[in-house]
Amino acid sequence: MKKALVAATAAAIFATLASGVSAKSLTVGFSQIGSESGWRAAETTVTKQEAEKRGVTLKFADAQQKQENQIKAIRGFIAQGVDAILIAPVVATGWDAVLKEAKEEKIPVILLDREIESPKDLYLTAVTSDQVFEGKVAGEWLAKDVGSKDCKVVELQGTTGSSPAINRKKGFEEGIKAASNIKIVRSQTGDFTRTKGKEVMESFIKAEGGGKDICAVYAHNDDMAVGAIQAIKEAGLKPGTDIKIVSIDAVPDIFQAMAKGEANATVELTPNMAGPAFDALEAYLKDKKEPKKWIQTESKLYTQKDDPMKVYEAKKGLGY
Amino acid sequence: MTWFTRRLRRLAPQLVALAIILGIISLIAPGFLTISVQNGRLYGSLIDILVRAAPVALLTVGMTLVIATRGIDLSIGAVIAICGAVAATLISDGYSLPVVIAVSLGVGIVCGLWNGILVAVLDIQPIIATLILMVAGRGIAQLITEGVILTFNDDTFAALGSGSLAGIPIPIYLWVGTALIIGLLMRRTALGFLIEATGINRRAASLAGVRARFLLFSAYAISGLCAAIAGMIVTADIRGADANNAGLWLELDAILAVVVGGTSLNGGRFSITASLIGALIIQSINTGILVSGFPPEFNLIIKAGIIIVVLTLQSPAIMTLFGFIKATRRSGKLNHGTKEATR
Repeated sequence: MKKALVAATAAAIFATLASGVSAKSLTVGFSQIGSESGWRAAETTVTKQEAEKRGVTLKFADAQQKQENQIKAIRGFIAQGVDAILIAPVVATGWDAVLKEAKEEKIPVILLDREIESPKDLYLTAVTSDQVFEGKVAGEWLAKDVGSKDCKVVELQGTTGSSPAINRKKGFEEGIKAASNIKIVRSQTGDFTRTKGKEVMESFIKAEGGGKDICAVYAHNDDMAVGAIQAIKEAGLKPGTDIKIVSIDAVPDIFQAMAKGEANATVELTPNMAGPAFDALEAYLKDKKEPKKWIQTESKLYTQKDDPMKVYEAKKGLGY
Repeated sequence: MTWFTRRLRRLAPQLVALAIILGIISLIAPGFLTISVQNGRLYGSLIDILVRAAPVALLTVGMTLVIATRGIDLSIGAVIAICGAVAATLISDGYSLPVVIAVSLGVGIVCGLWNGILVAVLDIQPIIATLILMVAGRGIAQLITEGVILTFNDDTFAALGSGSLAGIPIPIYLWVGTALIIGLLMRRTALGFLIEATGINRRAASLAGVRARFLLFSAYAISGLCAAIAGMIVTADIRGADANNAGLWLELDAILAVVVGGTSLNGGRFSITASLIGALIIQSINTGILVSGFPPEFNLIIKAGIIIVVLTLQSPAIMTLFGFIKATRRSGKLNHGTKEATR
């Protein structure tokens, strides 16, 4: 009896020690989609930085836009016995089997920046931004900025039918709902690209009396806003003063435009999804505290007052 | 029948289609046809069409030749991305403008020659041969730009995309000039004729002494060259090389322009002018949709609808029907006439 007790205590002490050691040097696997956009590259960089800051050993796998590569990587992580797995899922379906394998091995899984259609008990939590909220922040900024003046807005939408385009449009409309003086007079897709943003803006300027009637541009991403700024300049108007520019994403180039006074505001889609994920993970491993199933990242608003050049310098090296 | 009326007759379906489309847009969007001078340059939606058509028009010139040889070039969208990336890299490294232009054009020609080797020497089917560079090309472009949108601040190079000379935007000079040079080269020498011969029957042409292999090489090289010019315009326009999106799907627009222009995908007879009008038709639809204010969900449906109508009107079946109606009317009159005479 006594012997058993000693053995049990020893085991308990050993277990605490062991878990203490593992808490100090966590090993986390990260399955990234790929590097299809600047934002994606920045997310990878920031994730590596966040891991380093916390002394977490990060095993990184680039899936080159393929789900089978991601599943292979996750199985690899499970075989290596990592303490947790981060996934930026490339698609929403088809994850149940591999997530069950992770659950059987008691490895917590955290989703980054996109959600999936799987039973919620198969993953610990999902860290994503709220795209509707991003649009709303942009809309509310514009409503506050123009005050009671009449304002005709032209909208550059993202790729037709894509979820950021739908949600950012919806959010912006919510944001300006209270202000009856603000009206969206034209709305077209610019496919999230600079070229199309510029081409669409050129047409808008011609269709709206040479651009003098347009008070603001709302672009679903910064790249289209950069294109629109060029179109406005070539039409002989001043972007930022004659026509206000508000957009979403906060990529470095828009801060350069802001520093020159050519853009007015941008809402950040933070590349730091890993920070909140690691926080939740550490809390969970320490005292088994289940986090909420959805952790919303901050959608921070940047304007010309926020020292855009400094933000630009800080963001430049992230790989955008 | 003079040379001019014969040409006009060949181009009539395309010209009529273009005029009808422009007419409809000007009804929907008043002020569409007005052209004014602003900041010393021509300004208006029609000018926008001519400027924005530049990339597709340039691609169309090369594509027409390739299709005339009974080939197809799917890689030109990717070649745009590669040449744009090369140009942006050189500009931001501080090379002078002539060097940048020469190297970019050279890279475009090399891409075209690569396709030429696969098609003419290794006898791989053109659609597969050029698919290789279509897929790999964007990867190459991304390697060059290191995966970011490579921006630069060089006003002289940017002028290729957004500058103007004597009030006319520079992209218009570039595509009209290129089309004129290549068009004259084809029609004032025997080159065009020989390309047609190669397209109709390569073996027979070879046996008759035509250097078919050389002609295939030159068609793909010209296609690469045109894509390089388009790549520089696209890059200069946004002052940055976007390896992911520059020239994306433009090869399909170029093929469409050639088909709308009435050149058969089976090779043989071709008309660069008709293909260019095809390119203008496509761009007019694009610009028209933008100024008309329809919701973006309709863009592709409207575009497809108009293209179907244009192609249907040109289809052999409809042409035969028209011919038949005309003939029956004439013979009706004729019969009537003979009856009168016998009486």
